[in-house]
Amino acid sequence: MATRVGMEVSIAAAEAVKQANADVIAAYPITPQTHIVEHLSELVNNGELDAEFVPVESEHSAMSVCVGSSAAGARAFTCTSSQGLALMSEIVYAAASLRLPILMILANRSLNSPLSIWNDHSDVMSIRDCGWIQVFAENGQEVYDHVFIGFRVAEDRNVLNPFMINIDGFILTHVIEPVELLEQEVVDRYLPPYQPLYRLHPDSPVSIGCFGPPVLFTEAKKAQNEAFCKTMPYIIKAWQEFGDLTGRYYHPIETYRTEEAQTILITQGSLGETASIAIDMMREKGEPVGLVKIRLWRPFPFEEFRKAVRGAELVVVMDRAVSYGGPGGPLAGEIRSALYPQEDHPRVVNFIIGLGGRDVSPEDFVQMAQRAKATPGQWYEIYGVRE
Amino acid sequence: MAKPENEITWKDLNVGFVVDEPGNASVYRTGDWRSQRPLYNRERCIRCGTCYIYCPDMAIKILEDGYIEHDLYYCKGCGICVQECPTGAITMVEEEEKDGD
Repeated sequence: MATRVGMEVSIAAAEAVKQANADVIAAYPITPQTHIVEHLSELVNNGELDAEFVPVESEHSAMSVCVGSSAAGARAFTCTSSQGLALMSEIVYAAASLRLPILMILANRSLNSPLSIWNDHSDVMSIRDCGWIQVFAENGQEVYDHVFIGFRVAEDRNVLNPFMINIDGFILTHVIEPVELLEQEVVDRYLPPYQPLYRLHPDSPVSIGCFGPPVLFTEAKKAQNEAFCKTMPYIIKAWQEFGDLTGRYYHPIETYRTEEAQTILITQGSLGETASIAIDMMREKGEPVGLVKIRLWRPFPFEEFRKAVRGAELVVVMDRAVSYGGPGGPLAGEIRSALYPQEDHPRVVNFIIGLGGRDVSPEDFVQMAQRAKATPGQWYEIYGVRE
Repeated sequence: MAKPENEITWKDLNVGFVVDEPGNASVYRTGDWRSQRPLYNRERCIRCGTCYIYCPDMAIKILEDGYIEHDLYYCKGCGICVQECPTGAITMVEEEEKDGD
């Protein structure tokens, strides 16, 4: 029987990496990711997890170790945040182009400057186009579950692509939540050992990471994009099979009380739980409001998203990053692109909220919904700023 | 590779652009990069082999009689052999020019 325990989300994530039987963990500590890798180093040191723990000198090296070990056929894991991701980003792109099934947890934190250790989504948005499968987790259970789902999807022969789990720094990483832990036997049934398609081995030598001359580079990018776009059904299948084993079903887009909703709020990550409280408050007063949560960020689930907001007159997008001089936040830009092909598309209003650890309350969501409804046009603003 | 590079489609490529045919760098014609070509004057050559040692692309062959020959399939036209030759037996000419022009 699965056991339900109170556990810090970071510890639960590390326990999941142990249960997933990772071969190589390479990480450099950075707040708020630290507890995850600290606990993993303890598990390896205590002999509870038979893995190589490589305490690298930088995040750039962390991802490089993951790339090298994954290319040699290992199940590789790393974890970072903010500035660490920025330093790592060169190799993050390489990992995707090389199609190596690495799993990374990104404990979302704002990018310098001003220096901030607190949570927003400016780190992940900086590597939006890196070619990783990217999901947002809303609570501790989702983080724990997606370690298994992530490896399963990434290593699928039809996918072979790195996988990133976004979890809000502090809001999730440092919070004790009830988490239902899986029996090892269930994990083993769900996640078979990794069987690489190619690997660096003297018996059958291959070259990984070659240069692409102009005559082939475009073909390489086309091949990568085609393969990436085709990952969607395998991600959905992995979620379905995980649900069949555990009773917890996940979807690219999650909806909450969207039936007959004229106004729909859009969130990513842990904001979804707060927003759902606001939806209940507004529904109680008879307001036709619903919530759509974007779980799968890349590949973007265009069809599922359009279906989820069908019939709405107003869509209020909550971004946690600024796109300076752009069309609003990065999420709103995607939402507008997704809706544009529809002839009768809803109005899109965009609030940039929760930057650098600023709390967002259910009352804030109510206020934003009211403001968006009362003010015509398509616009965006950074919400809650002292004038 | 089975096909010439300019006939390879995106569907022909291996996952992750992996090259699973070892040693095929030798078919890559680096001679295409050249804008200047070495011109060899056998009369001035003292068969010291210095150019052969310095050539970064192993594009100089030493013949049985000790004289040399440039392999223009690989020679990138860097001109190092010209710099290193103690007797000035090698000069660079524009790629378009004919020998001896």
